[in-house]
Amino acid sequence: MITSLDIERCTACNQCVATCPRDVFEKTEHIPTIARPQDCQTCFLCELYCTADALFVHPEAEPAMAARLTPSDITPLLGEYRRESGWDEWSENPRYANQHWRMEDVFRLARDG
Amino acid sequence: MSDRVRTYDTDVLIIGGGLAGCWAAISARRAGVRAIVAEKGYCGTSGVAASAGPGHWFVPPEARLREEAIARRMAGAQGLGDARWMERIIDQTYRTLPDIGTHYHYTPDDSGAIRRHALRGPEYLRALREKALAAGAILLDHSPALQLLARRDGRVSGARGVSRQGAGDEWLVRAGAVVLATGGCAFRSHLLGGSNNTGDGLLMAVEAGAALSGMEFSSFFTVAPANTPLSRAMIFSFARYYDTQGREIAKPAAPNDHSAIAVALQGGPVLCDLSATPEIVRRQLPQISPNVTLTFRRLGIDPFTQRFPISLLGEGTIRGVGGVRVTGEDAGTGVPGLYVAGDVASREPVTGPVTGGGAVNAAWALASGCIAAEAAARSALENPLAQRSILEPLGDAGLSTRRDRTNSSTTRSAFATTLSTGPTRLDVSASSEVEIVLREEMLSPTRQYFRSADTLAAASTRLSAAWGALRDATPPSAEPRERQRFRELAAMTATARWCVASAAARTGSLGMHRRTDSSTNGSDVPAYVISGGADAVWTRRQAAGTVS
Repeated sequence: MITSLDIERCTACNQCVATCPRDVFEKTEHIPTIARPQDCQTCFLCELYCTADALFVHPEAEPAMAARLTPSDITPLLGEYRRESGWDEWSENPRYANQHWRMEDVFRLARDG
Repeated sequence: MSDRVRTYDTDVLIIGGGLAGCWAAISARRAGVRAIVAEKGYCGTSGVAASAGPGHWFVPPEARLREEAIARRMAGAQGLGDARWMERIIDQTYRTLPDIGTHYHYTPDDSGAIRRHALRGPEYLRALREKALAAGAILLDHSPALQLLARRDGRVSGARGVSRQGAGDEWLVRAGAVVLATGGCAFRSHLLGGSNNTGDGLLMAVEAGAALSGMEFSSFFTVAPANTPLSRAMIFSFARYYDTQGREIAKPAAPNDHSAIAVALQGGPVLCDLSATPEIVRRQLPQISPNVTLTFRRLGIDPFTQRFPISLLGEGTIRGVGGVRVTGEDAGTGVPGLYVAGDVASREPVTGPVTGGGAVNAAWALASGCIAAEAAARSALENPLAQRSILEPLGDAGLSTRRDRTNSSTTRSAFATTLSTGPTRLDVSASSEVEIVLREEMLSPTRQYFRSADTLAAASTRLSAAWGALRDATPPSAEPRERQRFRELAAMTATARWCVASAAARTGSLGMHRRTDSSTNGSDVPAYVISGGADAVWTRRQAAGTVS
């Protein structure tokens, strides 16, 4: 579930408001708010579209575990999904090249050894 | 209808902007007609493909290769497959998918080749959005559809819905024809990317007079780390599972059959061990599926050295099979002006009673999207909508527009009585009670894996009561999101009723549908279970290979 929006990093571009498929964020006069966290489907896609790396989604669908995280737990993880997916400024970095094509080879390896 | 309605005119309206809907929009524009996509969320992130990694059924046009591929699937389809549909989706996918290369950045494999059929979800759907826009389609984001609209003669000619963002509370599209591409229904199971998939298109199609097929094939569950939506199958192909006593759970006889895990979960937590994952796969994983590695990192679990608890996520009709019955080669529904594409349609013709999850479903989504859009474009040109044509809404379950609501309070108390066999829930609202019934009946792995006449009759009673309470109830407010939420509950409840009724009608086991009170398929003649009806749910059997 969406856990935090870093108010220091947020540039109020409102891409999260537009791109969240579940309409979790709300535009305001300042930076957007996490208006409907209970509607979050934990798909992490808002992180991909946040070029400011201000958003953090905890993998648990319910908020219990995320509530125990502190800013010092979260800050080092901000932006990792966008980076590891090779989006935007990371697109030329071979370390993060999209190797999704390997998936069928891995399935074959699991099946046939 | 409020005063704040934005109205649009178009030739083809596509409801749903996922994999199927985007390809439909691109195809409609190629056919030379105007196209609008009304998407509940955001076209590009919405739908189950956007957070997954769809491969596609992708076979080069060599007769022997295609015949072998089709023969394999026909065998798995156990009499319910249609080789012509398989051939069509293979051919359409092979011809069309490479077009995404204008907007999707492929990385060559180790031999330098491009594998056109394997696309990572977020990048694929982002590319499809950009391609649809470049083709001139109009995308209405955050615009869930609530009702189809029809002309006086019954031809489906548009839809209306609410706007969650931007100007206006409602939208209305007048169209020559409509393609439903709303996806399957996962009953809000926390399946990755599946929360918008609430069966809206199934309900709209039935309200318009279409029939469904294969709704009994809705008993599919995927493994995920406990309490997470991470239903990504690849890494679990190396998994071993242990019950609460530490005993290894036997590997299933058929792939994807997690019924032994379902039984073990009733005794306590089930732990997953991924230590058999080869070293090279561990290294490659972040670049194959970065959302898998980040999930474990954020959970504080090293999945290759530590056992971790898992849960089973219900897939409903998504990796299930059932949906709107396609009645012709044009992906039509039998209702004039109404076509279907992707997971909202029954995929029995291409996969039978087993899951088409992954390659076949993606090829079906792409191909049926193209086929439905081309047919809808022709239909729109042949039956243009006159400016002065009056359109009437079809169906209103959960929309509080019903004239006869005199009995709603009675229905509500009947519903409370039905539910009072469980813990008292008089302090929760009717809609929360419906959510509980849906979860208990449709998302319990043991309930779905082990069906019998008794369990299905009990489910039917509870769901009928839920439907009665919901369809005539007034949403808590007229706020657009509240109206959408209420309509979604009605759609999920209706979908659950068709699943249960179809499962009761198929008295033998077949494919993913398993009856504990019968071991045979109950009939020598392969047959479909057709269903429909919003208030009065009906089913009928129909021998495979016959038309309508």
